[in-house]
Amino acid sequence: MREEVIKEHGLTLEEYRRIVEILGREPDLLELGIFSVMWSEHCSYKSSRVHLRELPTEGPQVIQGPGENAGVVDIGDGLAVVFKMESHNHPSYIEPFQGAATGVGGILRDIFTMGARPVAILDALRFGEAGHPKTGYLVKGVVSGIAWYGNCVGVPTVGGDLYLNPSYNGNCLVNVMCVGIARKDRIFRGRAGGEGNPVLYVGSKTGRDGIHGATMASDVFGEGGEERRPTVQVGDPFTEKLLLEACLEAFKTGAVVGIQDMGAAGLTSSSVEMAGRGGVGIELDLDRVPRREEGMTPYEVMLSESQERMLLVVDRERVEEVERIFRKWGLEVSIIGRVIGEPLLRIKEGDKEVATLSISALTEGAPRYERPLKRPSYLEETPFFKIEDLPLPSDMNGVLLKLLSSPTIASKRWIYRQYDHMVRISTVVRPGSDSAVVRIKGTRKALALSVDCNSRYCYLDPRVGGMIAVAEAARNVAVSGGRPLAITDCLNFGSPENPEIMWQFRESIIGIKEACLELSTPVVSGNVSFYNETSGKAIHPTPMVGMVGLVEDLSHITTQWFKEEGDIIVLIGETLEEIGGSEYLAVIHGMEKGVPPRINLKRERAVIEACLEAIRGGIIKSAHDCSDGGLAVALAESSISSEDPLGVEIDVDPSIRVDAFLFGESQSRIVVSIDEKDLPTLEGILERRGLPHTILGRVRGRRFRIGNLIDLPLDLLKEAWERGLERVI
Amino acid sequence: MKFGIVVLPGSNCDHDCYYVVKHVFGKEATFLWHRDRDLKGVDCIILPGGFSYGDYLRPGAIGRFSPIMEEVVAFAKKGGPVIGICNGFQILTEAGLLPGALMRNRDLRFICDYVWVRVERKDTPFTSRYREGEILRIPIAHNDGNYVVDEDILKQLEDNNQIVFRYCNREGVVDDTSNPNGSMANIAGVCNRDGNVLGMMPHPERCCEAILGGEDGKGIFQSIIETIEGGGWNGNR
Repeated sequence: MREEVIKEHGLTLEEYRRIVEILGREPDLLELGIFSVMWSEHCSYKSSRVHLRELPTEGPQVIQGPGENAGVVDIGDGLAVVFKMESHNHPSYIEPFQGAATGVGGILRDIFTMGARPVAILDALRFGEAGHPKTGYLVKGVVSGIAWYGNCVGVPTVGGDLYLNPSYNGNCLVNVMCVGIARKDRIFRGRAGGEGNPVLYVGSKTGRDGIHGATMASDVFGEGGEERRPTVQVGDPFTEKLLLEACLEAFKTGAVVGIQDMGAAGLTSSSVEMAGRGGVGIELDLDRVPRREEGMTPYEVMLSESQERMLLVVDRERVEEVERIFRKWGLEVSIIGRVIGEPLLRIKEGDKEVATLSISALTEGAPRYERPLKRPSYLEETPFFKIEDLPLPSDMNGVLLKLLSSPTIASKRWIYRQYDHMVRISTVVRPGSDSAVVRIKGTRKALALSVDCNSRYCYLDPRVGGMIAVAEAARNVAVSGGRPLAITDCLNFGSPENPEIMWQFRESIIGIKEACLELSTPVVSGNVSFYNETSGKAIHPTPMVGMVGLVEDLSHITTQWFKEEGDIIVLIGETLEEIGGSEYLAVIHGMEKGVPPRINLKRERAVIEACLEAIRGGIIKSAHDCSDGGLAVALAESSISSEDPLGVEIDVDPSIRVDAFLFGESQSRIVVSIDEKDLPTLEGILERRGLPHTILGRVRGRRFRIGNLIDLPLDLLKEAWERGLERVI
Repeated sequence: MKFGIVVLPGSNCDHDCYYVVKHVFGKEATFLWHRDRDLKGVDCIILPGGFSYGDYLRPGAIGRFSPIMEEVVAFAKKGGPVIGICNGFQILTEAGLLPGALMRNRDLRFICDYVWVRVERKDTPFTSRYREGEILRIPIAHNDGNYVVDEDILKQLEDNNQIVFRYCNREGVVDDTSNPNGSMANIAGVCNRDGNVLGMMPHPERCCEAILGGEDGKGIFQSIIETIEGGGWNGNR
């Protein structure tokens, strides 16, 4: 095999030698293609596996941890929540609309293949800086792609977040999380079983689109990445909707043994992974694969990433029953193979055998790398930042307005207005509060959902950044009335072949692990996306965290905005002189420096528990996490984010530098508003846990006033916050 | 009484309508599959929102050819109450049961938001529980809600009092700034001449429970239930 062919397949020469060793001969092109996708970073997790193993994945609530199409967690009442987050970064950078749309399609399929009805989508987006020529184009394309797909399928997009940062100029991030509800006793897995059982192909026909998508996602962009457009797939949300309904109906028959989406690496990975999990083999007859184009080679059929396709293993006695359901929904269904006893992937064209490969060689046989680690050299400089050297702005009103209009902080209404976030009539808290809250029909319960990651923190200290990503997501869920249950993660990094990147990855994992252990939120599913770099410039490390919390009773649901004149505003937690890595430092002073705020996970846990106790006690009228932009921004958001803004009067005497007091991002802080009569109860709850708090002032009037530092009319605040995002795109 | 909810491939508010009819109002609801021709003895038909046939070609353009639609048309012609919500409204215009067409929103983006609409008439089977001029806060969620009709027909609609809802602001003022999608004359909902077929872009089923942030849509379902249970609708004839 020529060296360039090997390289075009994203394999190293060392990996190629290993394939030759396994086969005892040189592979042909089909075999090479199959090995290359199965051994790609995307499918094999070859660089990350040794580290991912350390994440806590167990807990009494966990029904299914990582390794399946999605994680499953018990929520009582015989129900389970099924969820996962996945990236579609590379395709979205090349073709934002279809890239993002098919990202939604893929994660939806991961959820409904588990037997769950998808009930919510959240999207965590990262783009380059506001002035960059591609940013506006990418934001618009990605948002409309997500909207087009999710809206059509009829799953509400209820939340997410957006950060703009120059580190994403050449590599945007599109991470989509999907959440579904299933009956606990009816979870389906991607597992083949039962020798002789037929393998069914359902959904769209196979075309030449997306060949090598998995390898592309495991590759670094050079200049001219746009030329890769033909490998981006095209979505068909209508077919997806039919597949969704048909699969859920087919599951009810009890005749489905196993099912998997043909996602990255298409027919290859779905058949190999299903066989691998079931400890069996699969024989495929490619002549029976429905095709969109003539003259496709086995190589193309096996590697195509055409969308909206599913592979099922069905009880051989009941095939017709299942086929009838798919046909009822107008879907193509074809028996393309059968389960065999020997653990092999046998590929035929009619009677002709074209390849036979060992399942384990493709799965467990994939290389595992313990790649070298090195603390990045930039960390020799970034921590050395002295607050004393920073000039204190004279006009804090101006600073606040500028922060509120920063796209990271500004209202995301321009985005979520394009998403149908109300379909399924379950969205109790719509986008725009700390978490989206989705009720579970037929119960008194709801799910609180949040995605978080401050990649600036992760850049300055990936371990602390990883911890804060988990802690903030947990806090967002708790202030909404939900007990943090479990997380999914989507780990976006540069090239793992760079020891500095690998160090960032390793440190982030440790941070996530420590936070998950302390907060009792195991990792039940996830995805790793490496090679997020262009021309040698990597993104900030971005370990995105998607948190699911359980609201035990609908009456606990809490929102971030102030409710009533006269209520007392209390800050739970402590404000330290911390401005390293803050939005304030970046937006006002143009610096990404210092160390991120410290986090004490025991304190975090206590704050979360206190907040939940107070919410369950019925004394909290509003609760808002204090994060990007600090206390002043949190107060402003509580003031203006409802339809009827309410003013505040804050009277405090900061004992620290006023910019750190107003805009510093000390962790484990929550701003709540309560009726004055409930203050002793709240103070009791906090004191029992040794938690500091400050009575800040009152909800009052039509102005936003913080001591003699800030005094602004509400409409000015609201305008800055509402227009901030649209202005830059 | 019994509601029939049409399920076309790509309908996605069918379950929502079913839930509201059954669990909010405690009435019987049944799905009507697009390939069937049996209306199962229903008293009112709902064409729910969604993306029937993926909105391919044009919203509602393919959906209206479903076998069930022939029965829906016959049911409507006999005076049976039919309400099309969002995609259902688009199908009704394509099927010729209502005049006009729904074009792309004027800013070319999908809009999902609460809006206000003014009830322009209450003597229909769908609006009898409202006051005339009542202002409802109600969600919309569409790409193609820009109601267009030629000038003659618009005049007829006005003359025959067929405009049931108009977009307005919080105070009830109907003007361009309160028009979310560019619809002519701020039209959010129209009925046929007999008043038994209503098409509306806003989603009443999304605001029938306080926990979801509003109950202004309840009046639609209550009106239908009262009309049917009170002996039916005799039309405007």
